[in-house]
Amino acid sequence: MRQPDQKKLRQRARAEKRFRLYGIAALLFAGSALVFLVMTIVSSGCSAFFRTTLTLELSLDPDRLNVKPPYTREVLMDGSYYTTLKSALYQLFPEVSSRADKRALSKMLSPGGELQLRNYILDDPEAIGKTVLFEIPVASDFDQLYKGNLPRTGEHTRLSAKQMAWFDQLDSDGFIHYRFNPGFLFGADSRYPELAGIGGAIAGSFHALLVCFLLSFPLGIAAAVYLEEFAKDNRFTRIIEANINNLAAVPSVIFGLLGLAVILNYFGLPRGTPLVGGMVLALMTLPTIIIACRSSLRAVSPGIRQGALAMGASPIQVTFQQVLPAAMPGTLTGAIIGLAQALGETAPLLMIGMVAFIANVPATPMDSSAALPVQIYLWAESAERGFVEKTSAAIIVIMTFLILMNFIAVVIRSRTQTKTE
Amino acid sequence: MTFLQLSVLFFTLVATSGVLGWRRIRIPHLAGAIRPRSRAVYHGVYNALWCGVPMLLVVLAWLAVEPLLIQPMVLHDLALTDAYAPENSAFKFLEIRNIAAGVLPAEFIEQPMLNAVERYRALKWQSGIALTILFLTAGVSGLYLGYRRISHVFPAREKVEVFIRFFLLASSSVAVLTTISIVLALAFETLRFFQQVPFTELLFGVKWNPQIAIRADQVGSSGAFGAIPLFTGTLLIAFIAMLVAVPVGLFSAIYLAEYARPAVRHVIKPLLEILAGIPTVVYGFFAALTVAPLIVDISDMVGLDASSESALAAGLVMGIMIIPFISSLSDDVINSVPYSLRDGSLAMGATRSETIRKVILPAALPGIAGALLLAVSRAIGETMIVVMAAGLAANLTANPLESVTTVTTQIVTILVGDQEFDSPKTLAAFALGLTLFFVTLTLNFIALHIVRKYREQYD
Repeated sequence: MRQPDQKKLRQRARAEKRFRLYGIAALLFAGSALVFLVMTIVSSGCSAFFRTTLTLELSLDPDRLNVKPPYTREVLMDGSYYTTLKSALYQLFPEVSSRADKRALSKMLSPGGELQLRNYILDDPEAIGKTVLFEIPVASDFDQLYKGNLPRTGEHTRLSAKQMAWFDQLDSDGFIHYRFNPGFLFGADSRYPELAGIGGAIAGSFHALLVCFLLSFPLGIAAAVYLEEFAKDNRFTRIIEANINNLAAVPSVIFGLLGLAVILNYFGLPRGTPLVGGMVLALMTLPTIIIACRSSLRAVSPGIRQGALAMGASPIQVTFQQVLPAAMPGTLTGAIIGLAQALGETAPLLMIGMVAFIANVPATPMDSSAALPVQIYLWAESAERGFVEKTSAAIIVIMTFLILMNFIAVVIRSRTQTKTE
Repeated sequence: MTFLQLSVLFFTLVATSGVLGWRRIRIPHLAGAIRPRSRAVYHGVYNALWCGVPMLLVVLAWLAVEPLLIQPMVLHDLALTDAYAPENSAFKFLEIRNIAAGVLPAEFIEQPMLNAVERYRALKWQSGIALTILFLTAGVSGLYLGYRRISHVFPAREKVEVFIRFFLLASSSVAVLTTISIVLALAFETLRFFQQVPFTELLFGVKWNPQIAIRADQVGSSGAFGAIPLFTGTLLIAFIAMLVAVPVGLFSAIYLAEYARPAVRHVIKPLLEILAGIPTVVYGFFAALTVAPLIVDISDMVGLDASSESALAAGLVMGIMIIPFISSLSDDVINSVPYSLRDGSLAMGATRSETIRKVILPAALPGIAGALLLAVSRAIGETMIVVMAAGLAANLTANPLESVTTVTTQIVTILVGDQEFDSPKTLAAFALGLTLFFVTLTLNFIALHIVRKYREQYD
C-alpha cells in the first residue's frame, strides 16, 4: 500500500487552516468597519444632546429693556433684550472696560438667549421690574470649548486667551451648567449650531413616509395580489415582473430625476414638500412591498383557498377575506423594511428640492421642509465646527429610528411564525 | 379650491353615495319578501364607486391637461415683448409659476413678466372654478346613475368584483408606467440637450466643465460637456469599492456557509445586514469626516500627496457598504449548490477548502458572477457617498489618491439648488441620468438572467 506523503498532508492541513483564517479575517474586517463607524458617530455625536448654559442675574428694568407701558405685544416685540443680557454679563466682569474687550466678551451670548428672554417677557409681562435668574445657551464656540471639541491652543482654536479665561472664571464661579438640550430633538434648523434642532427634519421625514406608505402600501398589495392570484402567465405578466425586478435595482438618483422632470416640472406640484418626496419614495418602495407581499401570498396554505372556494366564495372574496389577511404579517414586515429604506434615502429628496433652509417645524405634508437624511447632508456640508456633533447626533437619531423599525418588523415576523407552526 | 377642500368634498360625496346605496337595499318597505341578489354592503360600494371614480378621473385629467392649456395662454402676451425667446418657453413658464406661488420674490421682475404672472393667477383661478364645477357634476351624476341601477335583482357584487379586478391590473402596471415615464422624461430632456451639444461630445469628449455663460461675450462662454472624465472617475471609485468588497464579501459568505456553526451564523448574519441598512448619507459623512483625513495623514507619512477628497476614501467606504450585498447574494448561491457535490468531494478525501475551491466555487461561479454584476451596478449608481466624499473637479486620472468626480455627483450638484432650465448645464444632468439608467439596466438585466439560468440548472 502506498504510504500517504506526510509532508503533503501537512501542507494541505496548513492550506485548510489558512483558508479558514481568510474567512475569519474577512468577517473581522467587516465587523471592525461597523464598530469603527458606530464608535466614531457615537463618540462625536453624544454631546449634541446636551448644551452649555450660562446663568445670568437679570434686573428686568423697563428702561434698559426699552419698553413702556402698556405692555402690548408690539411694544414687547421691540424690546432691547440683547442689551439687557449684555449688561448683565458685563456686570460680572467690572474690570472689562475697553470696547474691543466688551465686544469679545459679548461673543459668549447666543442669539438664542435673546429670543428666549423675549418669549419669557411675552409670556409674563408681570416680570418686568423684577430681578430674575435666567439661564441661556452660550454661543457655539464656547459650547464646543466646554465639550472639549475645540482645542484651547494651536492654529484651530477660534477663541482668544482672554475669552477662554473669562469663560473659565464663569465656570469656576458656578455660572456655567451642562444640561440636556430639548431644543435639539424638538426644534427646527438654525444657522447657529447651538440652536439647531432636528425636530423639523423629523416632522418632514414623518410626513414623507406617511405619504409614501399611503401610496405604496395599497398599490403594492394590489399589484402583488394581481400577479400572484389572478394574472395569467402571458407576455404582459412577464413584462410587469421584469419591470418590478428592474425598478428595485434602479439607482435612486434616477428616481430623483423622474420626480424633478415629471412631478415638479410637468405637474407643477409644490417644490421641496414632503408630499412630492413621499411620492418619489413610494415609487422606490413599491418593488419591495410587491416582492414581500407576493412571497407571503405564496406561503398561504392552499387549503385555505380551496376551503373558501368550496364554501361558495367568489375568487375575489377568497382573496380579500381569507388569503390576504393570512399574508398580512409578512406584507407588513416587508412594508416596514421598505419604509426603513425610504427613511434613509437622500439623493432623490435633494433633487426634488427638500434642501431649503427651513427654520420652523412643518405642520402638513404640503409645507416645504427638510428630511432627516437631508438634514444630515446639509449639516455635514456646513463649515461651522459646531455642526459636526449635530450631524453625528442626527445620525444617531436616524439610526435609532431604523433599528426601531427593523425591530418591529422582526417582532411581527416572529410572532406570526409561532402562530402558524 | 384648495387640495384640502377638494378632498373633504370628495370623501363626503363618496361616503354619502355609499350610505345611500346601502340604504336603498336596507330600507324595510323595499326589502319585502325578496332577498337581494347581493348583500347591501356591495350595493353601497357599487354606488360609492360610481361617485368616486369619475371625480378622481376628472382631477387626474385636469392635472395632466391644465398646464398644457394655460402655458400658451400665459406666454402669448409675453411673446409680443422682447423679453422672450421661444426656446425658453418651458423655463419662462416655470419662472412665472414660481413667482405666482411666492417661491421667487416679485420685487425685481420686469413689467411684462408681472403681467404674465397676473394673467397666470387669473387663469389659475378660473381653472379652479371650472374644475370644481366639473368635479361636482361628475360626482353627483355618478351618484345618481349608480343609485338608479341598484335594485334587489341587481348583481352588485359581480360588478364590484369586475372593478376590483380592473383596479388590481391597473396597480400592477404602475411599475411599467414608472419605467416608461423614466425613459420618456430622461429621453425628452436628453434630446433637447443634444440639440445644443453634439452627441459625440458627451460620449467622447475628455473635458468636463459645465459652465454656462452669463453674458454672451464672456470668456469661455461655452461649457465643455465631455463626460469621459466622469465615466473614468465612476469606474475608478467602483473598482476600488469592488477591490474591497469582493474578497471580504466572498470570504465572509464562504465562511458563513461552509464553516460557521449555526449559532455563530445566527449572530453574524444580522450584524452584516446592519451594514446594509445604514443609510448611504451616513457612509458619506463617515468617508468625508474620518476616512479621508486618515488617508491624507497616512499618505503624508509615506511621503505621498493625497487629496482631501481622494477617490480612495470614497471607494473604500463604498466597498464597506457593498460587502453585505455581495456576501448575502453569494451565501444564497453557495447554499444552493447541491449537497451531493459537496459530500462526494469530501468522501474522496478532499479537505473542506479544497472542496470549496475546486467543487463548490466552480459550480457556483455563474451565480456569483451575477451577484458581482449587481454589486457593480449598485456601486456605479451609488450617490451620497460620492457626493459627500468625492470631489467636483473632473480629473482624468487613475491615481486613487487624487480627486475625481462621478456621474451621480455631477447629476446631484447640477440639480440641487437653483437651476436654470433649458440651459445645457441642466439638460446635461438628464443626459447623464439616461446613460446611467441604461448602463445599470443592462448590468441588472444580464445579472438577473445569469442568476435565473443558474438556478434552473440545479432545480
